[in-house]
Amino acid sequence: MIESFGWPEFMFLVRATGWTLVLTVVAFLFGSIVGGAFAIMRLAQSRILRNVASVYILVIQSVPVLMVLFLSYYGLSLAGFDIPPLIAASLSLGIYVSAYLAEIWRGSIEAVPFQQWEASSSLAMTRGQQYRYVILPQALRISVPPTVGFLVQLVKNTSIVSVVGFVDLARAGQLINNATFQPFQVFGSVAVIYFLICFPLSRLSKHLEKVLHVGRTH
Amino acid sequence: MQYQFQFNSVLAESGFIMQGILLTIYLSIGSIILGSIIAILFSALRANGPRWVGGLVDVYVELLRNTPFLVQLFIIFFGLPSIGIRLTADQAALLAMTLNLAAYSTEIIRAGVDSIHRSQIEAGLSLAMTKRQIFQHVIIVPAIAKVWPALSSQFVLMLLASSICSFISVQELSGVTAIIEQRTFRSFESYIVATLLYLVLALTLKVGLLGLGRLIFPRVSGLSRVQVKGEAA
Amino acid sequence: MSAVHIENVHKSFGKLEVLKGVSLTVEAGQVVAIIGRSGSGKSTLLRCINGLETIQSGRIEVVGHTVTYTDEKLRALRKDVGIVFQSYNLFPHLTVGQNIMLAPRITKGVPKEEARAQAEKVLAQVGLSEKFDVYPDNLSGGQQQRVAIARSLAMQPKVMLFDEVTSALDPELTGEVLLVMEELARGGMTMLLVTHEMNFARSVADFTVFMHQGKVWEMGPSEELFSHPKTPELAAFVKSTLK
Repeated sequence: MIESFGWPEFMFLVRATGWTLVLTVVAFLFGSIVGGAFAIMRLAQSRILRNVASVYILVIQSVPVLMVLFLSYYGLSLAGFDIPPLIAASLSLGIYVSAYLAEIWRGSIEAVPFQQWEASSSLAMTRGQQYRYVILPQALRISVPPTVGFLVQLVKNTSIVSVVGFVDLARAGQLINNATFQPFQVFGSVAVIYFLICFPLSRLSKHLEKVLHVGRTH
Repeated sequence: MQYQFQFNSVLAESGFIMQGILLTIYLSIGSIILGSIIAILFSALRANGPRWVGGLVDVYVELLRNTPFLVQLFIIFFGLPSIGIRLTADQAALLAMTLNLAAYSTEIIRAGVDSIHRSQIEAGLSLAMTKRQIFQHVIIVPAIAKVWPALSSQFVLMLLASSICSFISVQELSGVTAIIEQRTFRSFESYIVATLLYLVLALTLKVGLLGLGRLIFPRVSGLSRVQVKGEAA
Repeated sequence: MSAVHIENVHKSFGKLEVLKGVSLTVEAGQVVAIIGRSGSGKSTLLRCINGLETIQSGRIEVVGHTVTYTDEKLRALRKDVGIVFQSYNLFPHLTVGQNIMLAPRITKGVPKEEARAQAEKVLAQVGLSEKFDVYPDNLSGGQQQRVAIARSLAMQPKVMLFDEVTSALDPELTGEVLLVMEELARGGMTMLLVTHEMNFARSVADFTVFMHQGKVWEMGPSEELFSHPKTPELAAFVKSTLK
């Protein structure tokens, strides 16, 4: 039976939007832990650590997110884990997130003037203390605009997680379209919802960039 | 882990994989060329066209940059036939990729155009050039040279995003991989092979674009670069 | 008919009035130097002559063109008026030859062969014939400025404007540029130059104009103006430049 795109269908999209947002948050949290570790590794004194991190970032950034999704999904199931779609989707998206955040945060850490390293080391701080008290607080500020900007990329990329069985906003749109055959209304609405999430984030990122940039010039 | 890797059945499909690779290359190069042409035209309109046209270009760019490529692909592939425009999956893919890349490239080139110093424009004006001539002969080449690294990463990201076209059953690399996976029941191996191939394709394109940049912008050394990040489609 | 006729020109940037009723006439073939402290309005005046700056009131006529702010009229004006800037402003992605040939080809429709012959001629005039296929960033500042002069000359202008063309150059490179300008003056080109090179103004310019606080404060034959300044402001200025 062919239904038409009405209120119940729209509410279905809204609920799926909730799942898209949950997925975004979980993938971001997971990705920031791993990404943070790789950012520090990328700047480590050990050459091996640096190279490992570089290769990890280069490889993840040079293959489609879709492949990262499939590989981690099948990899996990082969390893004997029977995991729910939300976890599978967030873990695999998290891997993608980690590589990009590592690169963004490495850049932010490097943007802290190197005199700050010199000054803090001459105060007899350990490397850990330097990060904790001197470098990271400053890098954090620099990293906020590009990190918010990356969130937009993440929200958009969550649209492909149906391949691991997760019903997100894009998948919900597909299901409704299969039942209603009103592609313009359905995918138009889906696009509008994504836009309403992404556009404010894009503007916020640009705004923060301006504000923080002004704040840094003395 | 007891799993035994078996690549033989996957590799037996190498001819089919090759077809997928060729389609991925065709879609990527096609959208890069067409998308860049549109982006340059859009940049020219933003710079010299009537204000409302520039505004439309801005709206276009923001709409496409703030919605997922997959949804754009769905609108084109499922939506256009409902208003009588029939496209094959391959055509829909090329169109969606072109329109998507055009939006990102317009934004990147805009940064390059904005970075051209006012004095270059004055030099053009003083030599009796029209605004259009100034854009064409004075601004656009150095502008693109300055943002070439950012454009290159955007092109690579488009190559990677072409994998999403498998959602509308385009038989590019990830599309053929999905079919091989079903034929062989070797999911993990299939995607390992595909991932490695994407890696090779992406790195080759990256190096190729670097070389191309050196070739067509030999004077880049004299131009300071503009930092713009590529963004996932 | 005079080559450049400026009549009671007023020009403001927002609330700041930089030209407060400037009048000046330059006859064909004359070389006129404009001197003055920075902020006196001398560069602005020069840029008004080819319409790069718009004036609020007054009138400027240049070799038969009344400066009018429509694209069409400005282009017609600029085909007859060349300008050379402090920062050379060569096009970095084009070779020296291409820099020179571009404007004649696209704005005047000069055929390629003719444009090339013309480019070779003006390049010889500035003494850089061997640099035809070189890119600007492989040239010294002095050489780049000479190419900029050649680029303007290729348009066969009736008037040339020079806006502090040696100010960005190392002292040892100013000589070669001044030499080119001196030869141009000797060839009968009508020239207006804003400059800090007092010796050059004194020896090459027929007349010198001293601008102060947005006005023509004092003007006259160069030698006389420098040796017998009538106003204390000019006297102080001349003295300060001798240091």
